[in-house]
Amino acid sequence: MPDYALELSNLSRHFYLKNGAFKEATLLKAVDGVSLRIRPGETLGLVGESGCGKSTLAKMILGLLEPTDGDVLVNDKARGASSRLAMARQLQPIFQDPYSSLNPRKTIEKIIRLPLQLHKVGDRHSQKKAVKDISDLVGLPERLLKQYPGQLSGGQRQRVAIARALILRPNILVCDEPTSALDVSVQAQILNLLMDLKKELNLTYLFISHNLGVVEHLVDRVAVMYRGKLVEQGTREEIFHHAKHPYTQALLSSVLTPEPALGVPEVLDSSSWDKAS
Amino acid sequence: MKRILEVKNLQVDLPTANGTLRAVRGIDLHVNKGEMLCIVGESGCGKSMTSMALMGLLPKRAAITAEAMQFDGMDLLSLSKKERNQVRGMRMSMIFQEPMTSLNPSYTLGNQLCEGIIKHKGLSREKAKERAVYLLERAGVPYPEKRLNQYPHQLSGGLRQRVIIAMALMCEPDLIIADEPTTALDVTIQAQILRLIRELQQEFGTAVIFITHDLGVVARIADRVAVMYAGQVVETASAEALFANPLHPYTQGLLNCIPIPGKTKPGSHLASIPGVVPSLIGEFKGCAFENRCSVSTSECRRRTPNLAIKPSSADHQVRCPEVSLSFQEAV
Repeated sequence: MPDYALELSNLSRHFYLKNGAFKEATLLKAVDGVSLRIRPGETLGLVGESGCGKSTLAKMILGLLEPTDGDVLVNDKARGASSRLAMARQLQPIFQDPYSSLNPRKTIEKIIRLPLQLHKVGDRHSQKKAVKDISDLVGLPERLLKQYPGQLSGGQRQRVAIARALILRPNILVCDEPTSALDVSVQAQILNLLMDLKKELNLTYLFISHNLGVVEHLVDRVAVMYRGKLVEQGTREEIFHHAKHPYTQALLSSVLTPEPALGVPEVLDSSSWDKAS
Repeated sequence: MKRILEVKNLQVDLPTANGTLRAVRGIDLHVNKGEMLCIVGESGCGKSMTSMALMGLLPKRAAITAEAMQFDGMDLLSLSKKERNQVRGMRMSMIFQEPMTSLNPSYTLGNQLCEGIIKHKGLSREKAKERAVYLLERAGVPYPEKRLNQYPHQLSGGLRQRVIIAMALMCEPDLIIADEPTTALDVTIQAQILRLIRELQQEFGTAVIFITHDLGVVARIADRVAVMYAGQVVETASAEALFANPLHPYTQGLLNCIPIPGKTKPGSHLASIPGVVPSLIGEFKGCAFENRCSVSTSECRRRTPNLAIKPSSADHQVRCPEVSLSFQEAV
C-alpha cells in the first residue's frame, strides 16, 4: 500500500493573458504552489469560489494540463514516469456536467465499455459482462444500456459517468462538482452512491465542490483554495468548527441552512481576507 | 393586506414534437404588497414558465389560460400587447438568473439602466442618470458614476447582478419577479446579494416573487413559500410553518435530502426521493407524485388531489388527500 494515494508538491500553473497585439501579456497564476497529500481511502474536499483554480488543479492531476512547476505523485510515483494508460488505470475523473461529458451518439453500453477496449482488457464477452456488473453496482437498470445519453435523466447520466470511471477499477476518483448540475433529490441519491462505492471498493476521492453542506457530509479532510493558493487545510472538524483563515470563516458563514429564523447572514467582503492572504 | 397579484388556475401548454407539454397545470397564487413569495421546485416543475407567463414573455407557441390573472386590479390576460408593454418594466420587472447574458454586451450600463425609465416615464437623460447613480449606490456598486460609461464585460458577476437589481428598481415597480437570481454566483456573493434584495425590498415596499430550487435560500428570505411539483403547487404556507411542519410528502422528502451541518451525521446515508419526475406530455391522471411517494395508496393513481386547507391555519394548504384526511380526523 502506498503512503499517499495522491501527492501534490508545490504545483503551479500560470497562464499568460493576451491584452492585444502590442501590449504585454499579464500573468495569471491560476494555481500557485499548491501542496496536498491524500492518504489511500481518504476523501479530501477541495472548496473555493469560481475562478480560484479548483478545476485547473483537477486538470493537472488528471494529466489534461501540463503544470508550469511542481509534481503530481499518484500512488507514490510521479505522474510523468508512467504512461497515460497506466495512469488512467489508477485515476479517473467524474465531471460536473453529465450532459456534456457523455458522447450523445453512442449507446450507454458503448460509453461504459470504451475504457476496457482502449486498455485491451478481456474479450468481447467478458467486457459485456463487466459493463453489466458495473451498471448493477451503480444502480443503472439493464434496459438503459441500449439507450442513448439523450434519453436519460441527469441522475442516470451521472451514474453512467461513475460506471465509466470505475470500470477499470481505479483506486482514485477525481470528482469535479459531481452533483452541482443535479436537483437536490437526485443529488442525495448520487452522494449516497459515492459513499457506498467508497466503502465497497476502498476508493480515494478528491471531491471538488462549492457546496459546503455536501463537503461537510462527505469528506475526511478539507482544503480551502483562494486565488490559486491553499489558504487553509485540515480535518473536517478543524475546518468546520475551528476555521482560522478569514476567507474560510466567510465561506462558512455564507452557508444557508433551511432554518427560517436565522435570516440572511452578513458576510464580510473580500478586502478583509485579501489582507490576510 | 392589499393583494398586488392574484392568479387563479393558471395553465400553460407547450406544443412539442411528442405532444402537448403541460408545463403549468392549474396554479393559484397571490402576492400581497411588499411581500416576498418564494416559489421552490426542481428543474422542469414549471416555476420558470409561471414567471414567464406572469411577465408575458412566454414563447409565441405557448398556450396560456387562467380563470384570473389580476395585477393591481388589471386583468393581465385581456391587455393588448401595447398595454402589456407599458406594465412590463414599469410596474413589473424581472431579474434573470444569468448576469452574464441578461445584459447587452454592446451597450454601456448607463444606456441600459436609463432606457426603461426614459421610455416609460419620459424622464430626461440627466434625471434618469441621476436615478441610476442613486440606485447603483443603494445596490452597493462602488464608483456608480464611472459605471454608467462601462460595458458589462468590465464587471464581475456579483457586480453585474447588482446592476441588474438596480435596473429592476429603476421605475419603482410594484412587483419584481426574480428567477434564480443567485444561482450563478459564489456563496459569499450569494449571501450579499440576497441580503441586498431583502433590504431593498423592505425599504421600497416592493413585492417580490423569488424563484429558486434552493431550500436554504427560501428559508432565509421568504415570507411565504409555494412548493411546486410537476406543474402544480403541492404545498403553500408561511416560511416558518412550512419549515417547522412540512406536510406534503414531497416537501418532507426535499427537506430530508439536504445534509444540514450539526443535524445530519457526516457520512450517514442521506434520505432521497426514489424515482424521477413524471413526463408531463399528454393528459395526466391522479397525483403526479404518486410513483415516488411513501404514503401513496391505490386511490392516489385515480384521483387528482386538490389543495386542502389545514384547519388551524388558513395560510397552510397542501395537495395530498392522505395528509388532509388526517386534518379531518384531528377536527
